[in-house]
Amino acid sequence: MKELLAHELGMVYQVPKGEPVTALHDVSFELEGGRLLTLLGPSGCGKTTLLNVMAGFLAPTSGGVFLGGEPITGPSQDRGMVFQQGALFEWLTVAENISFGPRMNRVRKGEYNETVDDLLETVGLQGFGDKRVYELSGGMQQRVALARCLANDPDVIFMDEPLGALDALTREKMQGLVLQLWQETGKTVVLVTHSVEEALYLGDRMFVMAPRPGRIEKEYELPFAKIGLEVEPRELKASPEFIETREEVLSMIWDMEEQIMGGSN
Amino acid sequence: MAGGFGEGFGSGVSDGATLGLADKVGPFSGGGGRFKRRSDNKTVTFGDSSAVHSKPLWSLLALILLMAAWYLTTHAFGLPGDVIDAAKAEDSRTHAAAVEKHQEAVDAFEVELAAYEVEAEEARAAGEDPPDRPDGPGKAPRKSPTSDKQFVTACNADPDCGKEAYTQIFRPTQLPTPRDTWNGFFTLSTVGFRNITIWEHTRVSLWRVARGMFFGTIVGVPIGMAMGLSSRLKSLFDTPVELFRPIPPLALIPLAIAFFGLGDRPAVRLLIFASIWIMIIAARSGTQAVNLSKVRAAYSLGASKWQVLTRVVLPNALPELFTGLRVALGVSWGTLVAAELVGTDDGLGAMIFAARQFFRTDVMVVGIVIISVLGVLMDIGLRFLEARLVPWRGKG
Repeated sequence: MKELLAHELGMVYQVPKGEPVTALHDVSFELEGGRLLTLLGPSGCGKTTLLNVMAGFLAPTSGGVFLGGEPITGPSQDRGMVFQQGALFEWLTVAENISFGPRMNRVRKGEYNETVDDLLETVGLQGFGDKRVYELSGGMQQRVALARCLANDPDVIFMDEPLGALDALTREKMQGLVLQLWQETGKTVVLVTHSVEEALYLGDRMFVMAPRPGRIEKEYELPFAKIGLEVEPRELKASPEFIETREEVLSMIWDMEEQIMGGSN
Repeated sequence: MAGGFGEGFGSGVSDGATLGLADKVGPFSGGGGRFKRRSDNKTVTFGDSSAVHSKPLWSLLALILLMAAWYLTTHAFGLPGDVIDAAKAEDSRTHAAAVEKHQEAVDAFEVELAAYEVEAEEARAAGEDPPDRPDGPGKAPRKSPTSDKQFVTACNADPDCGKEAYTQIFRPTQLPTPRDTWNGFFTLSTVGFRNITIWEHTRVSLWRVARGMFFGTIVGVPIGMAMGLSSRLKSLFDTPVELFRPIPPLALIPLAIAFFGLGDRPAVRLLIFASIWIMIIAARSGTQAVNLSKVRAAYSLGASKWQVLTRVVLPNALPELFTGLRVALGVSWGTLVAAELVGTDDGLGAMIFAARQFFRTDVMVVGIVIISVLGVLMDIGLRFLEARLVPWRGKG
């Protein structure tokens, strides 16, 4: 599995008629292949910027990102991306959405048809292949997005608040699916979220990020994701260790929020 | 509140049960009162746009009212005696007299011609030059109004022919009655006007619109999409587009005639001018409306720039392009008729304009109705296509 390496990443946005905004300042880390990293932090801490730099959508103003030693200069099918919502192609059916990647890479139809069927089963959408994506519920649409991303067999999957638009119950179910896919495929996953509970539950590693300038404030190695599928999720989330870590992280983020409010007044 | 009784009973049960109960409770329930209860149980409908939907009977009523207004304004109802039939009888008498007079002239001419033949034969036998023929230009009645239909056709060559007869039925200051219009339509669709049937006029007009829209679209859409994708091209095209767009195509008719002459060419080019700016703007805003996430998703799935353009940006812009097509079609249709009024011999606009010279208000009204109906049909057709081709519209 390829290792993901960020070296002294910096990202400064030039704002017309104003101070330049430092979205990322000196961010460095090493992520071994096959880990699930969650990025957590208050708004404006640069977590989505970091994700977009790693995905190759943005070029950093300093430093660089490397996947398996190769510098990242633009988007590629080695790095899949799952967005919060609205990134599915409405004019295509579910199956056509999933086969989009293989088709763009000129894979022959006979070869990807089987992949599509397997993926539909993996994400629990058997028999939905011919449906239009706008006919599906929000949770089902995110299942399609996950399957579409997996169809290219990428090395890394980036997820930008993939479950952020779902209702609480669907969200818990989908967390299970993310964990399941991660464990079955053994892929490297980087997931951005606003929810402390989600970051703790899904992350086998977690960065808490802080704003002004955007940076990694604290790193955690977490035990919960590895046993997340074996234990009842609600039980795990109610365990003393989970609650202790959750409160610690929450108070850290509250402090940051207060600083932002204080700073802006 | 009238519905309180029924509602109170049914509140713990399902909707269907509430309704069933309310229907049985009688005068005290919402269902049995003076007002019929709505099936969706809405208590607020005034101001709720979702409660406003089409009622076919009311649409039919509007159509009936329109026809009634037409009948009334043309005095087709309620006049003592049948003025129109009297006028028609008078007309056919006048016409019969005209035919008779014509026949007399023809007979007289034939006698003259026979005399001439004899004279010419004698002259030839005597070795002299034969005299001038009596049927030189302007000398002989060559047109023979033998039937009503042919009479209409015969008038094509001579603007003054039959003027009096027709003004008696079709008063130019008054709308023709629905019946006259229907008769006019029948004549137009079988015999035609100026030797061209109404179907031919319609076909010519539709074909012009089709060509204008086609070229306006295939030129306008790429330009609009380029404007939505590149800052340089946007800035380059913005000025001309914004300057040309407000020019009403009608203002260009004289110029178009001066440049391209009369006939098909100026009409079609005007239609291209009418539709191209609309399509450019539709394509531009459709392209700019693309969700950045979709584009990024496509790139990270391995799509090339060209693939992003053809597989993401273009299909994503389709709903806006359809809106553009519908607007352009409306504008083109209006422009076409005006262009045909001046510059062409055929087409619905030309037919309407030519009918003016003969005071044929029935022909004018038939043309106007056809233009209206075709405009509606084309819009329905496009909406149908839209529902088939962009079913995700408004659901994305």
